[in-house]
Amino acid sequence: MICQFGNVVRVIVFSLALFLVSPLNAWAKEAIPVAEDPEIEKRMLALTVDLRCLVCQNESIADSRAEFSNDIRREIREQIKANKTDKEIVQFLVDRYGDFVLYNPPMKPTTILLWFGPVILFMVGLGSLVVYLRRRRLQIEDVALSPEQINEAEALLNEDKKGKNV
Amino acid sequence: MMRYLMPLAIFMVLAVFLLVGLTLNPRQVPSPLIDKPAPKFQLNQLHEPEKIMSSDDNLGKVWMLNVWASWCVACRDEHPLLVQLANSGIIPIYGLNYKDERNTALQWLKRYGDPYAISIVDIDGKVGIDYGVYGVPETYVIDKKGIIRHKQIGPVTVDSLEKTILPLIKELQNQA
Repeated sequence: MICQFGNVVRVIVFSLALFLVSPLNAWAKEAIPVAEDPEIEKRMLALTVDLRCLVCQNESIADSRAEFSNDIRREIREQIKANKTDKEIVQFLVDRYGDFVLYNPPMKPTTILLWFGPVILFMVGLGSLVVYLRRRRLQIEDVALSPEQINEAEALLNEDKKGKNV
Repeated sequence: MMRYLMPLAIFMVLAVFLLVGLTLNPRQVPSPLIDKPAPKFQLNQLHEPEKIMSSDDNLGKVWMLNVWASWCVACRDEHPLLVQLANSGIIPIYGLNYKDERNTALQWLKRYGDPYAISIVDIDGKVGIDYGVYGVPETYVIDKKGIIRHKQIGPVTVDSLEKTILPLIKELQNQA
């Protein structure tokens, strides 16, 4: 009896393990790249990491699994097959979706603040720090001690020494 | 005094910027297609698959292109409004049935009403890419010369109709 019971447990554990492992297997199969031409896939990936998925705005088209990104990836593959240059493909997308698809915004009159804002802010910060430090140096005057104050200070210092000796 | 006012002033400026940021909708990406010619298409019709509709057929009139699909939940929200608008006869609405399945699309129209003068089928979303579609429903107002004058991203609402779309249609229809 005990032996049989042990067998049952073994079977249950084994089928549980199978159950846990099998979906992983299925996923692994799904992850096989569908592209037939690795060269095209490489170029497509290089292009899409710098393109924004408009549906899931914080993901690149390369990373996103959204239907939108699937379509754009397919479009890019087709255009690569049609011998379009990377520049032409990016321009094709910008014409339709605007600069917003680019993670690297182009330098334009409307983006000057975006490009140079940080540098300008840094210069302003540096400038105000210099002004502040200079002004403070002017404000601090060297005040000479009177003879009494010197005596007092020496007395305090001596007291300290005596204290340590004891 | 300045010592306390300066941080307060900087804080206020920041607060105003952040407040304005809160009212912006990151989903509303300005379309580069506004005031550009509407991309041309030649697509099969939904009801009569053997017939083809070309975007040039509509030259000379102001029309609306509404991108819809039976799988699109937000399309149901705007649909009664579109039916109403179509019934008013103010402007013809053409439907771009985007990445849908013909039978379900036809059933959907039967169930919720069909506001479209003609529905055309964009099965693989290619024309959708040309129009910069990224979130259905989207609605374009196209003028007599075939220029896109307005793009509504997301469902058409009473507010957007009354404030933007209807006045624009009137203006465009009065143009030569």
